[in-house]
Amino acid sequence: MEKFYKFWKKFGENFQEGGKFEKLSSFYDAFDTFLFTPTTTAKKVGAQIHDGSDSKRTMIIVVLALIPCLLFGMFNVGYQHLLATGQLACGMTCALWWKALGFGVLAIIPFYLVSYIVGLGIEFIVAQIKHEEVAEGYLVTGFILPLILPINTPLWQVAIATAFAVIFAKEVFGGTGYNIFNVALIARAFLFFAYPASMTGDSVFVRLGSTWGWDGATAIDGWSGATTLTQLGTGMAAENASFWETFNGLMPGCVGETCVWAILIGAVLLLMTGVASWKVMLSILATAGVTAALFNAFGPDTAIANYPWYMHLISGGLLFGAVFMATDPVTGARTECGKWIYGALIGFMVILVRVLNPGFPEGMMLAILLGNAFAPLIDWCVVRRNVKHRMNR
Amino acid sequence: MQQINLKRGLDLPMDGKAELMLGSISRPDVFRIVPDHFAGITPKLEVKVGDRVKAGSPLFHDKAFEAMLFTSPVSGVVQDIVRGDRRKIMSINIAADATIEYEDFKAQVGAIQTQEDVKSILLQSGLWSLIKQRPYDCIALPNKEPQAIFISSFCSAPLAPDYEWVLKGQGAILQSAVTALSKIATVYVGIRHGAAAPEFRGLKDCVLYEVAGAHPAGNPSVQINHIRPMKQGETIWTIGIQDLALIGRLFAKGIVDMQKKVALVGPMAYGKMYYNVLPGMPVSALLESNYHKEVPCRFIAGNALSGHQIGMDDVISVYPNMYTVIGEGSDTHEFMGWMFPRFNAFHFGLTDPAKMIADNCMMKWLFGERKYQWDARLKGGRRAIIVSGEYDKVFPMDIYPEQLIKAMIALNLDKMIELGANEVAPEDFALCEYVCTSKMPLQAIAREALDYMRKEIE
Repeated sequence: MEKFYKFWKKFGENFQEGGKFEKLSSFYDAFDTFLFTPTTTAKKVGAQIHDGSDSKRTMIIVVLALIPCLLFGMFNVGYQHLLATGQLACGMTCALWWKALGFGVLAIIPFYLVSYIVGLGIEFIVAQIKHEEVAEGYLVTGFILPLILPINTPLWQVAIATAFAVIFAKEVFGGTGYNIFNVALIARAFLFFAYPASMTGDSVFVRLGSTWGWDGATAIDGWSGATTLTQLGTGMAAENASFWETFNGLMPGCVGETCVWAILIGAVLLLMTGVASWKVMLSILATAGVTAALFNAFGPDTAIANYPWYMHLISGGLLFGAVFMATDPVTGARTECGKWIYGALIGFMVILVRVLNPGFPEGMMLAILLGNAFAPLIDWCVVRRNVKHRMNR
Repeated sequence: MQQINLKRGLDLPMDGKAELMLGSISRPDVFRIVPDHFAGITPKLEVKVGDRVKAGSPLFHDKAFEAMLFTSPVSGVVQDIVRGDRRKIMSINIAADATIEYEDFKAQVGAIQTQEDVKSILLQSGLWSLIKQRPYDCIALPNKEPQAIFISSFCSAPLAPDYEWVLKGQGAILQSAVTALSKIATVYVGIRHGAAAPEFRGLKDCVLYEVAGAHPAGNPSVQINHIRPMKQGETIWTIGIQDLALIGRLFAKGIVDMQKKVALVGPMAYGKMYYNVLPGMPVSALLESNYHKEVPCRFIAGNALSGHQIGMDDVISVYPNMYTVIGEGSDTHEFMGWMFPRFNAFHFGLTDPAKMIADNCMMKWLFGERKYQWDARLKGGRRAIIVSGEYDKVFPMDIYPEQLIKAMIALNLDKMIELGANEVAPEDFALCEYVCTSKMPLQAIAREALDYMRKEIE
């Protein structure tokens, strides 16, 4: 390892000022700190020792927590494809199982390539212009983005949305740590409003056509790729999925959001390591549950208002959003008391949007973005209260 | 007795505690007094080369407060006055006598009646410089009346000296200091929960309270915040417990004896015990033969969290009660350290699941509490503040640390004061700085902001 270190550092001299690749120094720095923990030591004044957690470690925990969702999402993409094209009519076999996974992997990899090449590309360029280190924030954003998109989103749209979100939701505010809105959600919202045909409807969540020329097929008669929430929201004849079907997540939906247990595995890791706030998660789920229960009891007599409260919690993007997106510390409330209020606002809004707005069968994205917008105000009020009581003592 | 229980905080299990023994070090012939050790003052000389001084004779005073004298720790002849750029006084070198002669303050001590007498004797003896004040965490301003005086009888920082041992049998000396100070304002003395020392528990003329909890339980700001929260416009003095003993010697014996017991600690130190030192001694007398020379080392005056780095050619100052030696770590090349478990490093942030499981499942039960060796690496790159709620976990005060730090970065005076800048010292952010995943230099930020605040307001 010591030999490699020396070679790597010697190679790095090309990237220093006056070196051959001076223009790519941020690129080298990013890989340098990726490969070897920086040997920068503490300044003369200030804490002389530091904890081992750094932002890379925090971010990698989130990525690890997302992996179960990704793996299940890949399988589910393939599974839904097989289901829709009638290949599962004779039951599941081992070969079909592998086919489903393989199909899903091939379908999702291009999303990741586009997301990371476009997003990290912009990050590298901006870091080079600002002469700063590349921040890790996009590692998580880029990992989440494909998981919250329908599998049929055209890649060029993903590229445009990614570029838009990274530049206008993050870099213009100053980069990682300064953004007001969750970057991945801004990308999704951009697609949602700019290309609604790719984001909603019955056919976007299941890929029927071929992936990389493989296994093109047409749907069997009477097949519908609509999600449960779409069916309920538009008053379609609902072939409601049962609790356990919804829990297992073998159903149409955005890539990573369908499987409850995969999300829960991630949630356990996030909570165990303390990377995400349990207060935000609990507050969202509790408020959403109560709001939905109130609609169950007193709401209008529509299919979605009568959808049981516990089903609300496990269907659509609610749980995924609550675990992975609302808990983003940068865009969420930062005070401990504020986190409860912030979560409650999101939990309330998501059910409100789902039930009362027929145009939007799913409300999590808008609820979180609204929560992001209100988070600074919530914090301000919490801090203000502290200031007032300190003034009066 | 009032008791406060702190829930938030962190005790770092650091390796290298000092044994309760007294080591000996050689006394140098020349003592160097460095005015820079006294932050925030502009020195004006009271002596010239060739003058004879006694221990307690003035060497220089502060330009802003002429009465505030800074005195010699030893007797002897002023040998040299070293100046730097723009004639800045770098050090006053004194060729010391073999036995120290002390300036006699007995007459003045005997005549104490009012608080003005106490103040003037403190200013004259040079021991005033041991009194710090909130706000600004600077040497107490003589033109401000303090509303309370806080003394913490223990330090909770990693490897902190055991003051119960250091001050054993000095109850009478501490008492005379407390009695004198109580003429100025109410004196509050904080005792660690469970500490038995009669030297502290038996103190009179003061309010005693107990503090339970992890570091920073020993920080005076934390205790003030819980025992007697500061109001707007108030001034509170803080004095270290060993500094109180120095003041006590003045009031009990009428002499200025600045000898202190300092602890030498840290994973990279040999001879980890206590040493009697005087300000002005070279640091090398203490450290030269006492550290692991085979690795690059870092010498710290004070504790590893809030101390500052010193070099071998520096001079012992009157303030630190401990010296810590840790590895520099600049020769450690950790491959993908952000991903692999670090079984030999302590993690507060819990972001090392493998280590966390190993610790909780086996290590603790099998081998007891483990000690760790820190080095000086940041172990990450500087970022904007990302993770929320981190600072709160180690900041047990009724203050929002993150919001305060942000106001300090912006140097927004009104916001800073609203959020509690009056009540804090940089050392209160030491643990926050330690746990910060964004590796923000919080103590430097706080220092700069407090200095700015003093400049703007005073």
